[in-house]
Amino acid sequence: MRYVRAFGRFWWEFIVGDDWRIAVGVVIALAACAAVAATGAPAWWIVPLAVAALLFASLRRAARQG
Amino acid sequence: MVEALTIVLAMGVTRGWRAALTGAVAATFALAAIIAALGPALVVIPIEVLRLVVGALLLVFGLQWLRKAILRASGYKALHDEDEIYRREAAEAAAAGTQLRGGTDWYAFTVAFKGVLLEGLEVVFIVITFGSAQGHLAVAVAGAAAALVLVVVAGVLARGPLERVPENTIKFAVGLLLTTFGCFWSAEGAGVDWPGNELSLLALLAFLAGCSWLAVRALRRRRVSLRPAEASA
Repeated sequence: MRYVRAFGRFWWEFIVGDDWRIAVGVVIALAACAAVAATGAPAWWIVPLAVAALLFASLRRAARQG
Repeated sequence: MVEALTIVLAMGVTRGWRAALTGAVAATFALAAIIAALGPALVVIPIEVLRLVVGALLLVFGLQWLRKAILRASGYKALHDEDEIYRREAAEAAAAGTQLRGGTDWYAFTVAFKGVLLEGLEVVFIVITFGSAQGHLAVAVAGAAAALVLVVVAGVLARGPLERVPENTIKFAVGLLLTTFGCFWSAEGAGVDWPGNELSLLALLAFLAGCSWLAVRALRRRRVSLRPAEASA
């Protein structure tokens, strides 16, 4: 069980890293993008804007923590 | 790759080249086995699903790199010091006792193996995601192999720590590219039609580079403005 947990933690830290909110934000942005694209409306702008917002928010948090 | 080479060089110089190189070669074979196992498995998954999942993973992974590179460039995170890593690894290796089993120095073997495997996993991740999303795994593997040869040649020429390689600049560029491709593929997998198709990759790259530049500037300014306040506190 310990090895399974360590294995999971390794991959979590490898892919998600220091800020899990970025991963959650990306999933929400992609879901919103898929929902808008399904209606036939242009949805290409959603992911880039979400990425910029997530990056700025994460950097702001990191800067506040020093 | 640069960190892995630094570790192998430190082991080779302090403990002997045989065990260090055997460890590095064994880890390279392990990484090749991972690519060989995962590559064909990914071919069976529909391309749209693959682009969504792989693109999302690439996007999260790329943003992590970009975030760290911006924090390093603005002084909020220490720059990777290959010279310091080399000195630390060499000192630890010199202090460790010699355990010879079957004529092999297992300390040097294990440290070199671990270093190459862990650092190489990042490369494998990028190779598999790029290769599978485009359907050209062989081309991605060839590109990574060329990069590996380049790093090894640079290491042999430097014969020491690779502090001259501007690591954060390279990581910044890689982070930008991973995030750009991640954005493009994940959105495409979610059903988006990009205006201008592949040409929008250039616009995305420029947009993300601009955002990163603004972030570095803002963080540097914030750091400078906080210094007098910290000093007076």
